[in-house]
Amino acid sequence: MAVKMIRDVIRDTIDEEMARDDSLIMLGEDIVGGNGSAGGPEAIGGIWGTSGGLWAKYGGDRVIDTPISESAIIGAAAGAALTGKRAIAEIMFADFIGVCMDQIWNQVAKFRYMFGGKSRCPIVIRMPYGAGYNAAPQHSQAIHQFVTAMPGLKVVMPSTPADTKGLLTQAIRDDDPVIFLEHKFLYAVKGEVPDGDYTIPFGHARQVTQGDDITILATGMMVGMAETAAKTLAQDGVGCDLLDLRTTSPLDEEAILDSVERTGRLLIVDEAPPRCSLATDLSSLVAHKAFASLKAPIEMVTPPHSPVPFARELESAYLPSPDRIAAAAARLLSYRRG
Amino acid sequence: MQLSRDALTRAYRQMKTIRLFEDRLHDEIALGEIAGFTHLYAGQEACAVGVCEHLGPDDYIISTHRGHGHCIAKGCDVEAMMKEIYGSSDGLCKGKGGSMHIADVGVGMLGANGIVGAGAPIAVGAGITAKSNGTVSICFSGDGACNQGTTFEAMNMAVVLKLPVIFVFENNHYSEHTGEAYAVGAESMTTRAAAFGMKAVKANGIDFFDVYQTIGELIEWCKAGNGPASIELDCERFFGHFEGDPQRYRGEGELERIRAERDCLTTFRTKVTEAKLLEGADLDQIDEEVTALIDRAVAQAKTAPRPTPADVTQDVYISY
Repeated sequence: MAVKMIRDVIRDTIDEEMARDDSLIMLGEDIVGGNGSAGGPEAIGGIWGTSGGLWAKYGGDRVIDTPISESAIIGAAAGAALTGKRAIAEIMFADFIGVCMDQIWNQVAKFRYMFGGKSRCPIVIRMPYGAGYNAAPQHSQAIHQFVTAMPGLKVVMPSTPADTKGLLTQAIRDDDPVIFLEHKFLYAVKGEVPDGDYTIPFGHARQVTQGDDITILATGMMVGMAETAAKTLAQDGVGCDLLDLRTTSPLDEEAILDSVERTGRLLIVDEAPPRCSLATDLSSLVAHKAFASLKAPIEMVTPPHSPVPFARELESAYLPSPDRIAAAAARLLSYRRG
Repeated sequence: MQLSRDALTRAYRQMKTIRLFEDRLHDEIALGEIAGFTHLYAGQEACAVGVCEHLGPDDYIISTHRGHGHCIAKGCDVEAMMKEIYGSSDGLCKGKGGSMHIADVGVGMLGANGIVGAGAPIAVGAGITAKSNGTVSICFSGDGACNQGTTFEAMNMAVVLKLPVIFVFENNHYSEHTGEAYAVGAESMTTRAAAFGMKAVKANGIDFFDVYQTIGELIEWCKAGNGPASIELDCERFFGHFEGDPQRYRGEGELERIRAERDCLTTFRTKVTEAKLLEGADLDQIDEEVTALIDRAVAQAKTAPRPTPADVTQDVYISY
């Protein structure tokens, strides 16, 4: 097993899949970079370093640098995918989904349904998301709650290098549209990555820590925070069953319910604001299907109902943290029916 | 371009099929037989057929909310289309799409579309495929969609990537209920398309032969690797924006005048009979056959199987 950073895992996985499948193309802003400039092509290789070298290897007909035109990027990927290609579209910041929402929501997500099951649109929309870089309200958001709510899309949120490889390979080979959410703050995270062909089926949560006292559900960057909190709690003898959901659509309901039925306590950590969110959705699921198991009210650790702020102090206050997670765990454990 | 007798016959049959399909829908909708929103294409037949008579199954088109004509012209099955509009589970899209979303990717028809201007970016993607297999991608839009940002993005990207995409703007002079003279800020959509750096021409959308000739040249030009092109077709919409539209934005006598003086089917008949390319009797024969086809399609649609509640959740995903 090689040890790699997540950004390199993404690049290498795309490389392997492009080598394996001639029909795979990739589009996005500055994924090559430098076109039309004195520096020449490959001056950038993607602002996140996730596509360096691919243009030189596969050429401009397959690694397509686009103007800043998010609707046209998604539409072009979709049109190519409808007509026999596989396509990876990169939206430079997930926040830009607002520009191309129609193409994602009304077009890509609905083609197969509207067309009576007679079309196929194998497209992966990669979107770097999330806070942690003081990038302010329009470059820091989590957007999984919107796309998870859209029938017709699959939504993937890897948190480790190994999962990034397995889930991205699966996403590229999937025949349905997939939103692949890469947390910007995790790009430099290193870890072991399986060699060779490696896929992880969607809808299967990863058990991060095992315990019988509290179930913790998390995705993306929240997984690491929850793991840190779980280690602290373990020192106090509290066992956390931490599940990394990996995909929010499809959702591993079985793993969630099995765990809650065992622990009787649920703590959800989510990077999106709390209203109409993944956290409320999971809370509703458990309240409905595992009500009798619950020993305490469900706890949610989320940002407040506000945009992501800029200043360091404000962004830190906005985001969940291991301390806030541990505090919520303490509330769960100390709860007594009145 | 000289057209054979067979080609002329086929073109007329296609145009007549669209006209009678739409006329019949107009009647059936008035009877309350059909659910939802329907936007009829009657009046613009020379545009769809003039373009699509050049295309094979591996060429792509994408359409608009006013899409029946493009579907028929590109080869979608007329009876399956009628069943779809009636909401049957035997419809072309199993009753999931209806009038505004008829598609048959298998014949290169990438969908009517309920969102004005949404087709242009998708046509660019089909253009990526077309570039790799020597075919062409056609984006049908109207004078309404020509003002959408998605259309601007798509035109620019097609130029940047030098793709074989043709933006066909059918200018029926109304974006929904607002006149082109108000809503298109540029001198014309053609001068605007030219400003994007593509070849941009106009043709008479009432005249099948002018459309056919002009688009034929553009297709050759695009397939030769010269990048995208645009064509503005001056045409008329014989019905409202949607069925039920009282059309109060029309001038007095406007509908009667355009139906009398600017009917592409009448124009076609006059041209081919005066030039003795086809006899009036040949065309009458086609009229009868098409009438029978539409009668049969409607009769079948009215008795076709209906979807069941269990169908609601089918075909959301291939696997989930």
